[in-house]
Amino acid sequence: MSNVWALAYKELRAYFLSPIAYVVLAGFLLITGFMFWNMLAQFSRFVAIYSSMQRPDMMQQMNLNDMVMTPLLGNVTVVFILIMPLITMRLFAEERARGTDELLLTSPISTLEITFGKFFGAALFLLVLLGLFFVYPLVLMYFGDPEIPRILTGYLALLLIGLSAIALGLFTSTVTDSQIVAGVLAGGLLLMLLLIAWPADAVGEPFGTVLRYLSITDHSSDLMRGLVKAEDVIYYLSVVAIGLFLSQRSLESLRWR
Amino acid sequence: MIEVQQLTKFYGRHAAIRDVSFTANRGEILGFLGPNGAGKTTTMRILTGYMPATSGTAKVAGFDVFTESRDVRARVGYLPENPPLYPEFTPFAYLDFVASINGVTRDRRRAAIEYALDATAISDVAHHPISTLSRGYRQRVAIAQAIVHEPEVIVLDEPTIGLDPKQVIGIRKLIKSLASDRTVILSTHILPEVTQLCDRVVIISRGQIVADDTTDSLTATEDLEQVFLRVTTSDVAEDEDATAEHMQTAAAEPAPHAAEDDASDATTDDAASFPTHDNGDGE
Repeated sequence: MSNVWALAYKELRAYFLSPIAYVVLAGFLLITGFMFWNMLAQFSRFVAIYSSMQRPDMMQQMNLNDMVMTPLLGNVTVVFILIMPLITMRLFAEERARGTDELLLTSPISTLEITFGKFFGAALFLLVLLGLFFVYPLVLMYFGDPEIPRILTGYLALLLIGLSAIALGLFTSTVTDSQIVAGVLAGGLLLMLLLIAWPADAVGEPFGTVLRYLSITDHSSDLMRGLVKAEDVIYYLSVVAIGLFLSQRSLESLRWR
Repeated sequence: MIEVQQLTKFYGRHAAIRDVSFTANRGEILGFLGPNGAGKTTTMRILTGYMPATSGTAKVAGFDVFTESRDVRARVGYLPENPPLYPEFTPFAYLDFVASINGVTRDRRRAAIEYALDATAISDVAHHPISTLSRGYRQRVAIAQAIVHEPEVIVLDEPTIGLDPKQVIGIRKLIKSLASDRTVILSTHILPEVTQLCDRVVIISRGQIVADDTTDSLTATEDLEQVFLRVTTSDVAEDEDATAEHMQTAAAEPAPHAAEDDASDATTDDAASFPTHDNGDGE
């Protein structure tokens, strides 16, 4: 286990010793900050309109979760699809390009430990990113009264989507020594999981149900509404498990190429 | 300490090494001498558990490199041909990471790092990013990672490449000192390196061992330089024949698939790099 944490710590350190961490964090906060401001401005506009119309019934229906946090978290899902490949593309492709894979594979650590070490390293970076993203609920809590449990389940959805993206991105990073190729493959895979439910109605049953089940965003909608369902959590954990399994097998296969 | 028997490695149909057998004892420095593409790196990668052999057995410190790979890897320090460095790290942070994944406990780690820094004379740049260091310093950082966990067996693939003459002398002294209670295997294509450093020499050519004896014995019975020259010049001649044949058929056939190891480079690199008896560092 100490090997896993040594590798995870090294990965987290590597992020912050290169410009990647700062570019990704700044870009993420810039985009989400714009979205947050936009939704908050819209919320304020509606408040102003309804209060000028003397419509207390409409005012009562308005809440920060429905009009600001839930749409924001939903949009951030798409932003995640764009930025997670930037975080994962270097994980093993860079090791191979630099020749440091030889250092790892000749050290007394298993490919499973390498896989988990890399995964947790990127997961720690994801936690930093989500931690900074928590500034928006804090703003809402300071000026308003949002439902905290719903915000937390929304964050759980983002965490699970992020972990799934990391596991899949780690796998694509093990199949090539080109970071660009790894990033494009991860982005393509995530985009596929984002769009896979689109033809669900057209293809009919039972394929439509299967496509909807495979969609990475369909499983987050209930979580963002505050409803934690086992099937959704199991879906994301399954994606993580598949990604890690493929990564480990891919790393092991490096010895046989 | 190291027993290698009938080791063979194929890349597709190409044999990178074939029936390689040798032994190395504790306290011995074994020189693996041969031209580029002879199979030195392949042999070292198998010995360090990086990849398995196609057939044959190899034991390091009594452990089989295939079935007990982890035990072997815990006892081996390895300097690959390309220094495996993280440029954004400082040597200190880098060695801290390498020591930790090699099982050096936290309480012993600082002492282990300082030992490796001192041994390779890089203490003065311990807290500079590796990306800012010269090639010689980087090579020494890479050597430091091979010894930071004080392994029983040290495998060095071209350890003095890229170093200036003063650094070469320093590294050779270091290698000598390391061998007192360990086994050191070093690969090189520099003849003087073997005669100055090694107790035993294995000369490898085209994946097969052509000579295996003590340095003293080889130099006493037959001029070691002549053996080496014969190997390298025959390789060059065969390469020239192969190149001519390839040139004739190149228009008709697609380019052959490049193998992953140095073995595939034999036909392209040898003619350019041999005969070579000096690394250009003033030896």
